[in-house]
Amino acid sequence: MKRIGKSQEFFDGMRAMAPLTVAVMPIGLVFGAVAASKGLSSLEATLMSALVFAGGSQFVAMDIWTHPASWGALAFSALLVNIRHVLMSASIGTKMPAFSGPAKYAAMLLLADEIWAMAEVRAGEQRLTPVWYAGLAVPFYCVWVLSSLTGAAAGAFLGDPKAIGLDFAFPAVFTVLVMGFWKGRDTGAVLAASAVAAVLAHQFLPGVWYIAAGAAAGVAATLVTNRRQEACA
Amino acid sequence: MTLDPNILLAIVAMAAATVLTRIAGLLVIRFVTIGPQQKRALEAIPPAVLMAVIAPTALVTGPAETLATVATALAATRLPLLAAVAIGVFVVAVARALIGA
Repeated sequence: MKRIGKSQEFFDGMRAMAPLTVAVMPIGLVFGAVAASKGLSSLEATLMSALVFAGGSQFVAMDIWTHPASWGALAFSALLVNIRHVLMSASIGTKMPAFSGPAKYAAMLLLADEIWAMAEVRAGEQRLTPVWYAGLAVPFYCVWVLSSLTGAAAGAFLGDPKAIGLDFAFPAVFTVLVMGFWKGRDTGAVLAASAVAAVLAHQFLPGVWYIAAGAAAGVAATLVTNRRQEACA
Repeated sequence: MTLDPNILLAIVAMAAATVLTRIAGLLVIRFVTIGPQQKRALEAIPPAVLMAVIAPTALVTGPAETLATVATALAATRLPLLAAVAIGVFVVAVARALIGA
């Protein structure tokens, strides 16, 4: 069997990711524009995209942004929103025998939802290699950072995003993602418990505790429905 | 192009929290076996967190936001991410203009 060249392998990863790389562009632009409307400079918005590289938590940060920035609340909400990465890295980590120890940890730094999903698909078909993974992750990362910069630079001229409904873009993104997690009635119980707890906490507690309350209620709901099913079985 | 030290601290703290979640899985599979119950709890976290984030906007902000959230959710069952998001943004802008909010 002929060994394919490294550059060909990198290109294959890049091509597999191309539709998602294109799709992330407008989301990066919206993030940059929203960040600019919250008073972040272009440099600050771009740095956040480059260092955090987790769209969901970045949009949540914009939602709870204050002046001066409250680093504790922002770090805590990033931890909560990104806790799903623990399961994702645990899962993909078992499918990386071709990676050296350091390469495995380096790869995890770029573990965005979209990259994780494509890597899981690849691992199901053939051996996941570091070069292919780099082709998947690096261009996607660069587009995310550059589109954030462009959005932040343009956003300063766009004015108030609320006037054209752009402030609703990220709740809309989350709504679509929630729908993607739907797996039947059990998910319904998780979502209902989370929504009720989050709204109550949002009305009565300051800061981002509503995210923790919703997460805890959702997890509690899944454990309760699980126990009930076991009791019936 | 300014960089506020307070904002830099917040960004670095967010990045540290995120890196922690990304490498924690590798540490978990080295030291812990994840049973069905643990897996179930972990799987419930993403939808629960996302729902918690949108719930105040979707339910107690105003009729325009509630309407747009429903429209986005319905669109998401048929259309790709970007199209559904565009519909949500369009609906919220039109509803706000009509309601005057």
